[in-house]
Amino acid sequence: MTLLDAPPTSPFVLAPKDTPRKTERLVDLFEYGLDAPICLTWELTYACNLSCVHCLSSSGRRDPRELTTAEAKAVIDEFERMQVFYVNIGGGEPTVRPDFWELVDYASEHHVGVKFSTNGVKISPEIAQRLVRSDYVDVQISLDGATAEVNDHVRGPGSYATAMKAMQNMYDAGFKGFKISVVCTSQNISQLDDFKAIADTFDAQLRLTRLRPSGRGADVWDELHPTQTQQRELYDWLVAHGDGVLTGDSFFHLSAFGDALPGLNLCGAGRVVCLIDPIGDVYACPFAIHEEFLAGNVRSEGGFQEVWKHSELFLKLREPQSGGACTSCTFFDTCKGGCMAAKFFTGLPLDGPDPECVQGYGEELLKNRKDTAVELPKSSIVDHSHRTTRVGREGMGPIQLTLSRRAGIAPVNASDCEVGPLVGFTPEQPPAGALNESPRAGINLLASSKSRCVCGRKGACSCS
Amino acid sequence: MPDLNLDRGWDLHPQVSVRPEPFGALLYHFGTRKLSFLKDTTLLAVVRTLAEAPTARAACAAAGIAESDLPRYQRALSTLAKSSMVIERAS
Repeated sequence: MTLLDAPPTSPFVLAPKDTPRKTERLVDLFEYGLDAPICLTWELTYACNLSCVHCLSSSGRRDPRELTTAEAKAVIDEFERMQVFYVNIGGGEPTVRPDFWELVDYASEHHVGVKFSTNGVKISPEIAQRLVRSDYVDVQISLDGATAEVNDHVRGPGSYATAMKAMQNMYDAGFKGFKISVVCTSQNISQLDDFKAIADTFDAQLRLTRLRPSGRGADVWDELHPTQTQQRELYDWLVAHGDGVLTGDSFFHLSAFGDALPGLNLCGAGRVVCLIDPIGDVYACPFAIHEEFLAGNVRSEGGFQEVWKHSELFLKLREPQSGGACTSCTFFDTCKGGCMAAKFFTGLPLDGPDPECVQGYGEELLKNRKDTAVELPKSSIVDHSHRTTRVGREGMGPIQLTLSRRAGIAPVNASDCEVGPLVGFTPEQPPAGALNESPRAGINLLASSKSRCVCGRKGACSCS
Repeated sequence: MPDLNLDRGWDLHPQVSVRPEPFGALLYHFGTRKLSFLKDTTLLAVVRTLAEAPTARAACAAAGIAESDLPRYQRALSTLAKSSMVIERAS
């Protein structure tokens, strides 16, 4: 779940970072839920101009059942009554809704702050000018690669240029501190410094979040999720950059590497976090669009407040949860078994380790799961993906080097490029034939950020 | 961080909203977009009555805070002042 981007304050005016005496921890109080969510994500539409391969909500096409303008305003009225201070608006691409700006203005007038996530498609110089004048609106632009080739492989052709143009427009309008939101993948972990540099250039703030195997993300998770080594690299980077970078509390599973990262370090699903989807369905968190985590609908009697306060699912999530297999682990107190959605969509038990458990317990389970061919959870929720295949996802990705060797040639004199864990690995099947059928089957030999090829290029290189 | 001057008048920042919760309260500052958590209902009472009290010390006394507990509350208020949740009243 995504939680707080709030920075710390002090003991007993408590902020997320503080961890005083165990019995006083804010986390422990939050486990029983709040009168209203702190962090509410509201996806306004399933329509999107892009087809990102890891889209959590499998967005693309608008759903005819989406909330009308009047219904959306009624939801905002409810937020005001419940004192939901701000909402994170997303989609789909929320700005393609014709009434988007009208709803943003309505929320502002009703003292509900809005932070909206966008790929930047509608952030023209005029819109940026308008945004800078509002106290109640914050903007988050998605970017999943610090270079066009890394970004566009995941988010689609032209999406890097769109995002950069939007950022330039925000900067030119004088909007300081807008957010640049990055989903961390195996392909961009080596670019963390570059992302930071981009954020600094535009007077923006960097926000890093975790890739979840939710929605279309399930299809690419095996390919894109960071390796154990990259998780360590990410953790060290987050520790070094501390409070300057936001994470939405999404990496609390990494706390098992050592010191807890800033944030609440708690799965807030149904406790302090929830999601309202475009048709008004309320889910426990933005990464759990599946009937298992569906609590109700804002159109039902009693509205959102009724769902938040009394739905069976949310009340269950607020009961003390069993740590199951994780309870005996030394790090359970900080990582709490990790992300519920990540476990669910990778077919792991909810009371066991996270698939990306840094102690390696998740990996073991995943391996067993693959050996026994456990079926992954399928959702009966309508898939809103575009029906056409996106252009540009053909062929290998930008840094998906497929290393092939002619049979019989031993991998001697490995060049400096070969710093990955697969040095010396000879694929059992010659990838030459596999290449056409499965363009993404290449061996990812993404080098660490510090390494350079002998030819001088940073990271993985195909010069040899 | 210098401690907040208890003998001055203090107000909640006009852009701050307070939401009571079973454990205390949440404070949200619409200007800085920052959240704070009050983990203590007595502190909540102080924050809510600051504006009517002539001084922060008077607000604490009215909330029934003993002299021996005052330093803890002063520190908490100082933290709130640092993040502009409470501001010194113009005299």
